[in-house]
Amino acid sequence: MTKAITLSGLRKTFGRTTALDGLDLTVETGEVHGFLGPNGSGKSTTIRVLLGLLRADGGSARMLGKDPWHDAVELHRRLAYVPGDVELWPNLTGGEAIDLLSRLRGRLDRRRRDELIERFDLDPTKKGRSYSKGNRQKVAIVAALASDAELLLLDEPTSGLDPLMEVVFQDVVRQAKQEGRTVLLSSHILDEVEKLGDRVSIIRHGRVVQSGTLTELRHLTRTTVEARTLRPVAGLDAMTGVHGLHTEGDLVRFSVDGAQLDAAVRLLSAAGLRALLSHPPTLEELMLRHYGDELAANGHRLDGEALR
Amino acid sequence: MTATSAAPATGRAAAPRRPAARTNLAGTAALLRFALRRDRLRLSAWVLGLWLTTLASADSVHTVYPTAADRAAIAQGSAGPAILAMSGPARYLADYTWGAMLGHRLLGLLAVLAGLLSILTVTRHTRAEEESGRAELLRSAAVGRHAPLAAALATAAVADLALGVLLAAGLPALGIPGLTAAGSALFGAATALAGLLFAAVAAVTVQLSAHARTASGLALAVLGGAYALRAAGDAGSGALSWASPIGWLQRSYPFVDDRWWPLLPALALTAATATAGFALSSRRDHGAGLRAARPGPAGGSPALGTPFGLALRLHRGLLGGFAVALLLVGAMYGSLLGDADSMLGNVDRIREALDRLGGHTLADSYAALTMLVVAVVGGVHAVLATLRPRVEESAGRAVPVLATGVSRSAWLGGHLAAALLGSTAVLLAAGVGFGLAGAISSGDGGAFLRLTGAALAFAPAQWVTVGFAAAVYGWLPRATPLAWLVPGYAFVIGYLGPLLDLPAGLERLSPYGQVPRLPAAAMDWTPPAVLTLVAAALIVLALAGFRRRDID
Repeated sequence: MTKAITLSGLRKTFGRTTALDGLDLTVETGEVHGFLGPNGSGKSTTIRVLLGLLRADGGSARMLGKDPWHDAVELHRRLAYVPGDVELWPNLTGGEAIDLLSRLRGRLDRRRRDELIERFDLDPTKKGRSYSKGNRQKVAIVAALASDAELLLLDEPTSGLDPLMEVVFQDVVRQAKQEGRTVLLSSHILDEVEKLGDRVSIIRHGRVVQSGTLTELRHLTRTTVEARTLRPVAGLDAMTGVHGLHTEGDLVRFSVDGAQLDAAVRLLSAAGLRALLSHPPTLEELMLRHYGDELAANGHRLDGEALR
Repeated sequence: MTATSAAPATGRAAAPRRPAARTNLAGTAALLRFALRRDRLRLSAWVLGLWLTTLASADSVHTVYPTAADRAAIAQGSAGPAILAMSGPARYLADYTWGAMLGHRLLGLLAVLAGLLSILTVTRHTRAEEESGRAELLRSAAVGRHAPLAAALATAAVADLALGVLLAAGLPALGIPGLTAAGSALFGAATALAGLLFAAVAAVTVQLSAHARTASGLALAVLGGAYALRAAGDAGSGALSWASPIGWLQRSYPFVDDRWWPLLPALALTAATATAGFALSSRRDHGAGLRAARPGPAGGSPALGTPFGLALRLHRGLLGGFAVALLLVGAMYGSLLGDADSMLGNVDRIREALDRLGGHTLADSYAALTMLVVAVVGGVHAVLATLRPRVEESAGRAVPVLATGVSRSAWLGGHLAAALLGSTAVLLAAGVGFGLAGAISSGDGGAFLRLTGAALAFAPAQWVTVGFAAAVYGWLPRATPLAWLVPGYAFVIGYLGPLLDLPAGLERLSPYGQVPRLPAAAMDWTPPAVLTLVAAALIVLALAGFRRRDID
């Protein structure tokens, strides 16, 4: 597979604030790549660098084989962008804004546009200022998806959408993927990324701290185990890689690093397993693993219990 | 099951019932402090700037016209309709003391500028906040229905009153004979009252339109109308001036008659207008105008689908407003053209002054002098139009367009093309108004083309204004207020230059000062050609800067 986006060692500072601190990111062609991180971690700055709106202070960036800064216009004809906070012209209707953005990108596919407007249940005759946040978001989504862009840069595209529209959005993104388009989906809605993403990159303080398929990431992280045994389990507390051990009668609950899972289950088995419940880490747990120290510092409990 | 320690819910007893007026204004004091905190630099710069300019002008007239003969001469030279239209009623000229000069030349100007400050301040803290959605956040706190408007009016009032008090205290301190404490107090009070009045006007217009720009535009139209009425009145019989509150304030004649009563109707009008603003405000929904929004077209026309098409659409309102306003201002000045010869002919001093402009007839010289004023007002449009991309960028509406196949040059170029064409169209409108009214009043059909051409001669100067504003935007987007230097300088020099006897070189520093004074002087194609080249160079510079920088 070829790479749609390759960023390496990307740096960007605004005055004394470091927004991107050596960010590496690879997006394969044809995949939906989840770009995860909390507010202010550098997701939007990355996308703005990709759009050629910001000039990176260091590192290199390639997108669709071109330079995002120098070949901005050429690249923009091949991509579509949805910002997380859509601002519309107060005196233009939503329909006018959609047509304007489509025409400026290239060609307007009226059939596709009308179909999307219907699917998203959008009234295109309202003026920009009278749309709610969710409806402004729909305008940008329709304008982006009505195009035949090969790359979609979506920066928290569903913020403000209701759950029904989120389902429609997920359908539409899946459809785009089937058509062979590449999607960079920045989000802090884990559920959305879990449903759509082939691969995920987690960003923190302007760096990608983990990247891979969900399966790979899960392997790297802890599995939660809950078991009932005949006899008390010996040796678990001394084992490295076991966290948040909690014993209550014959019930034992803990989370264990991927590498130690086998050893831990052997110990359980030796103690006579009566019931075993285990589940792989959710994306939320992956995130918490990377951001846990921050939350802990703010006084939130983060033991095995907190990780469920 | 993350155990977070939630902040304890504060149970509070239901607040005792208060009179509605109290609750409606709840939070006003806090909002006022907040607004003053936000605007501390902006308001201080305005107030101190106006105060120092006034003191400096007072000091200059004292130095420039030391003897009674000098003052009599300038009084005679100021008796023409063009000067009277730009300054104030002829009553001041009877005994043109230094104080009378201040009242005559500066009071009207200060009234307009204090009004402008108030309008911008009130709009900024009411409708602009509502439009951005920030006001909703504030209103959800314990803030009464009328508190934002009351706080905005109070903010403008603080600035206006500060200016009034500073003037009342500062002018007598100069020690210039005739600048009495009583006259200065009246001068300061009239200035402050002009500010308060137009703050009240803005309090009404921000209720009418859901858009801050339309609201301030409407209020500015009222301000411009009031100024134009008094200008037409003072240049003619004086009757029209009584229809304008600025005319009333000028008729307090500080340092001449020191009469306070003309301030009373202005005060009453201010109170009534502000009350109307509050009444209208309670008749509308938060965020809405008084007129409900209508549905528009479901699709965009192909004309909208280009950077220039989009820019034209976005500039349309501003352009239309200025074109109509300048058509009217041009017509106002033009309608006096027929009388110019008879009114000016008797005054030798004026004949001399105008002869320096090189006109064949006094009417031509009058037209050349007033055309400059009209062109500089058009410069306000040029700056506003050129800074439109900055508005788009700050509002986050530039990025979606720049993320399409539109290059930065094409996007900014579209806006600049709209600004260049628009500023030319505004001049054309002014020229047509001036020309039509001038041709009718003077009975000379040929005057129409001559006067329209004279207005269009300022087009290259307007383009330089556009180019300068664009260059500032391209390189220093946060410093865009610097763009106002060009029309601001031309305005101050054009307005105060002749009175303060400033060197002619200072006027030629402004692009407007370079333009041949048609129809009085002969056409010289060199300055317009040079100005056009300068404008082109500035625009190339602007595009180069804009291509290099980060987009907000």
